Amino acid sequence: MKQVTAIIRPEKLEEVKTALEDRGYFPMTISEVKGRGAQKGICIQYRGSQIKVDTIPKVEIYMVVNDEDVRPITDTIRKSARTGKFGDGKIFVSPIEEVIGIRTDE
Amino acid sequence: MPISAGDTAFIIICTALVMLMTPGVGLFYGGMVRRKNLISMIAMSFVSFAIVSIQWVTVGYTLSFGSDIAGFIGGLDHLFLNGVGMDGDGIPDMLFMVFQLAFAGVTLAILTSGVAGRIKLSSFMVLGVLWTTLVYDPLAHWAWGGGWAHSLGALDFAGGTVVHISSGFGALALALVIGNRVGFGKYSMEAENVPITLLGGAMLWFGWFAFNAGSALAADGLAVNALVVTNISAASGAITWMLASWIKGKPSSLGLISGAVAGLVAITPGSGFVGPMAAIFIGGSAGLLCYSALLFRVRKGLDESLDAWAVHGVGGFWGAIATGIFATAAIGGVNGLLYGNPGQFVIQLVDASVAAIYAFGMTYILAKLVDKIMGLRVTEEEEYVGLDISQHGESTIA
Repeated sequence: MKQVTAIIRPEKLEEVKTALEDRGYFPMTISEVKGRGAQKGICIQYRGSQIKVDTIPKVEIYMVVNDEDVRPITDTIRKSARTGKFGDGKIFVSPIEEVIGIRTDE
Repeated sequence: MPISAGDTAFIIICTALVMLMTPGVGLFYGGMVRRKNLISMIAMSFVSFAIVSIQWVTVGYTLSFGSDIAGFIGGLDHLFLNGVGMDGDGIPDMLFMVFQLAFAGVTLAILTSGVAGRIKLSSFMVLGVLWTTLVYDPLAHWAWGGGWAHSLGALDFAGGTVVHISSGFGALALALVIGNRVGFGKYSMEAENVPITLLGGAMLWFGWFAFNAGSALAADGLAVNALVVTNISAASGAITWMLASWIKGKPSSLGLISGAVAGLVAITPGSGFVGPMAAIFIGGSAGLLCYSALLFRVRKGLDESLDAWAVHGVGGFWGAIATGIFATAAIGGVNGLLYGNPGQFVIQLVDASVAAIYAFGMTYILAKLVDKIMGLRVTEEEEYVGLDISQHGESTIA
């Protein structure tokens, strides 16, 4: 099992969700987060002075999936979340040791 | 006529209640935008009220209510409130002036619908001064200050034409000039804070009692009629809009409150001329008409973001016509179409059409002008992070 964590633009959430559903991937956990990447936030010129918005709202999608599903899922997210501009986000993949269902105790 | 203590007390209170409608518009609109623009929407309403307050006491009042020039605009005899004093006819002239000020203030606030989430605050302030001077003031003069519409006998009891057609059609022109929000139609821009919109709507419904009843300018039976028909029309509009949206999906509370505002708008011009049973019909049909206008606007892919055009423009237009249909001499001294006076219907239609065309055209010109000189729109990055941060340096997102 693998954990897939994608940090994406909030306005892209619906598109990403729909794209994943279309491929049959439903389970996910979503949180609203704030952060910054290599771009270091957004700088705005305002009357000559600079206002720095250093952390920008993002959405984090958290999924735990079978090893063979990792590639199709990350590809789907990458395609549906992309705008081509700075701030499109990142996807992290890491191993999961154990999964226990609370209802089923599997 | 000497000053009446009762009338004066009543209109002072009405002035305060109508003032409350301006932040009401801000909250009403603020809940409908994304959270990053919430402060900006409310702030623009306060800004509207502040700049109009100063404009009104310096030049606005005299352009609206000064002695008539060619039926188009008031003269400068009341410049800087010259001759506007503590005595008057029933109520002090100064009270009439400040009651009217509250109307001018809320009208500019309604206009912010067309530029939500993308206008530079500085440009809005410049545009606001120009707009209230060159659109609102002439329209107020036409209807109430002895202008051509007044001479023609057009009926506008509390500002269906002056307040709602002007801001509704103005917002449409403004939205066309400034363009759609980035990503409009591509991703969701649903209301992000419905309770705030409902609170704003409640303030509007409440304040509207003073808006319409106060327009009788006396604490009398006519004021009571206005109050009663206002509430009926709001309730009727709320119900029909909600039922219509129920057929298409869920009966949203946003639809309910939009319908109430549509009903309030539509009854405004006729509140001193029509009776309670007519108000059921006027408000109910306003709910359906405005909802259809909203759907039409969405189908056209036009980002008149918060539907001032659909609700205030179309609702105000319908209200003007409905006044020409349902007016009865038993209430306001003038009969409409249903009571054997088709001429009034035609007058209402002409008045509303001219006002809509003038408001749209003049707003379009002013918006283009300000856009050319200083740019109406924020940069794409400023729009992305939201106007709260980029224009005010504040945020509701912790």
